[in-house]
Amino acid sequence: MPHIICLAKQVPDPETPASQFRVDEAARKVLPAPGIQPVPSQFDTIGVEAALRIKDKQPDTVITVLSLGPDSFRDTIKHCLAMGADEGVHINDPAVNAADHWQTAEVLAAAIKKLEPFDLIIAGRQAVDWDMGIVGSTIAEILGIPVITIAKDIQHNDGRVTVERVLLDGFETVEAPTPAVVTVSNELGEPRYPQLRQIMMAAKKEVKPWTLGEIGISAPEKRITLEALFVPETKVETEFIDGDTPQEKGEKLATRLREAKLI
Amino acid sequence: MASGTLVIGEATEDGKLNPVVPELIGIGSRLGGPVTVALLGSGVEGQAQEAGVFGASKVIVVDDAILKDYQGDAYVPIAERIAKEVEPAVILMGQTMMGRDLAPRLAQRLGTAVAMDCVNFEMQGDKLVAERPCYGGSARARYTINGTPQIATVRAKAQEPAERDDSRKAELVKQPAGVGEGDVRTRIVERRKEKAEGVRLEDAKVVVSGGRGLGGPEGFKPLEELADVLGGAVGASRAVCDLGWYPVANQVGLTGKVVTPDLYIAVGISGASQHMAGISSVKNIVAINKDPDASIFKSSRWAVVGDWKEIVSAFTEKARQLKTSG
Repeated sequence: MPHIICLAKQVPDPETPASQFRVDEAARKVLPAPGIQPVPSQFDTIGVEAALRIKDKQPDTVITVLSLGPDSFRDTIKHCLAMGADEGVHINDPAVNAADHWQTAEVLAAAIKKLEPFDLIIAGRQAVDWDMGIVGSTIAEILGIPVITIAKDIQHNDGRVTVERVLLDGFETVEAPTPAVVTVSNELGEPRYPQLRQIMMAAKKEVKPWTLGEIGISAPEKRITLEALFVPETKVETEFIDGDTPQEKGEKLATRLREAKLI
Repeated sequence: MASGTLVIGEATEDGKLNPVVPELIGIGSRLGGPVTVALLGSGVEGQAQEAGVFGASKVIVVDDAILKDYQGDAYVPIAERIAKEVEPAVILMGQTMMGRDLAPRLAQRLGTAVAMDCVNFEMQGDKLVAERPCYGGSARARYTINGTPQIATVRAKAQEPAERDDSRKAELVKQPAGVGEGDVRTRIVERRKEKAEGVRLEDAKVVVSGGRGLGGPEGFKPLEELADVLGGAVGASRAVCDLGWYPVANQVGLTGKVVTPDLYIAVGISGASQHMAGISSVKNIVAINKDPDASIFKSSRWAVVGDWKEIVSAFTEKARQLKTSG
């Protein structure tokens, strides 16, 4: 019975309009925009999609969604369950709610050990808030298993995983023995959207709440310090090219860019 | 006592020193202390003195067939070994296919942390402060790393390269890989190059990009024509690449290519922050969109509202005229 663990977290909605994106510089936090709900980090739902495609071919696959974060992260786990994942584990402990990437990776790795055996750990290539791309690879190093990053396709057969990776100017197919970590990229495709029936079924799926004590570890050391968070100033004076027709605008644009010595 | 900078260098597909390496050497030189470059690859030995010419005092070359195509299980232990031997205060590498994969694994092996995709650095005492974009480019974060060494991957073209001085020579050391097939758990089954259409995006002075507003893949024909007239490259938003309208190799954005042309013309692109992150240091953005409220207009120097087909057609013709008339 294949077992896939998908890592997922919640982030402020990246579609938040620029005018409503605000940072509290003193607290070094992004201020939630009023009326805009946080969402699952996009590459994480793509990871669940990858797991579901494997389950589509091997229906006895069990998919566990694992998340580390405060209460609201429960919504992200529920979303993944509604997509089709089977069960959730929510690590919710004030000692690590403001964890850095390395604390996160250590805690997740310890939780994963408690969820053994597993064949694959699937994570997003990076989270769409910090954009670092650290946790998946770090967990692989902690657990001493192979990691293949930036996947657009994942196939799992008989103790091997075959991954198509996105390169700068093409693609490569890489194989590794399982258990292994694979991180996914948007080229994998759109995550399936839960229908109402699946959302209702998800309510019956179990989400286990874990604390560090239940995992059996104490809070790991912080390794990186966020010294400042700010919105960079963009001073752009926008000139709207006018004209009576699109043709006129197009010609005027060419003239303006020629004047600016850009063409 | 940890000191100086170790640059993990690499070569490009055509066997030249990756242009990010002189930029990394420049950063290391400005931070102070000796700069050592570790050059890993296959058939890269000839490039070692290029690093010297840009200011590396020592170049450690590991040239082995097993390093021909990047695989973490081959590169990571070598980088780890060299890092423990050199004992630098700072380790730098490019935010490249190699750097994205190698840096987090190396950081974990050395029991330290890494700041990824950095665009600026300064020293505060003996602490390296690394600045990087986050939240899809909407915000900037500054980090310090608590332990040692302090590792960072650096965005290409974010920093000026070091000055070239052909009279400089680095001490050259060759090391064996010390890694065999049996140590590499992954296996590359095949590689498929998908050549980006036309001029290379990373090098182009002008980029013409298309998004969903084009309406379909055929929308790229007029953009290719325009790029041709302007001597530029064609880019595409992630949305249209995901739809298969244009090759992934032409994708511009945070997870595609970050480009730095003098002029970026965005056609039918709304301005999602993921895309804007790919052009965050471009000074001259032109946006053509039928939606007057498109968020891309806020970052554009020139904004044109209207039917893109007619605007681009007239623009291309006028540009062609202006160019031929000198």
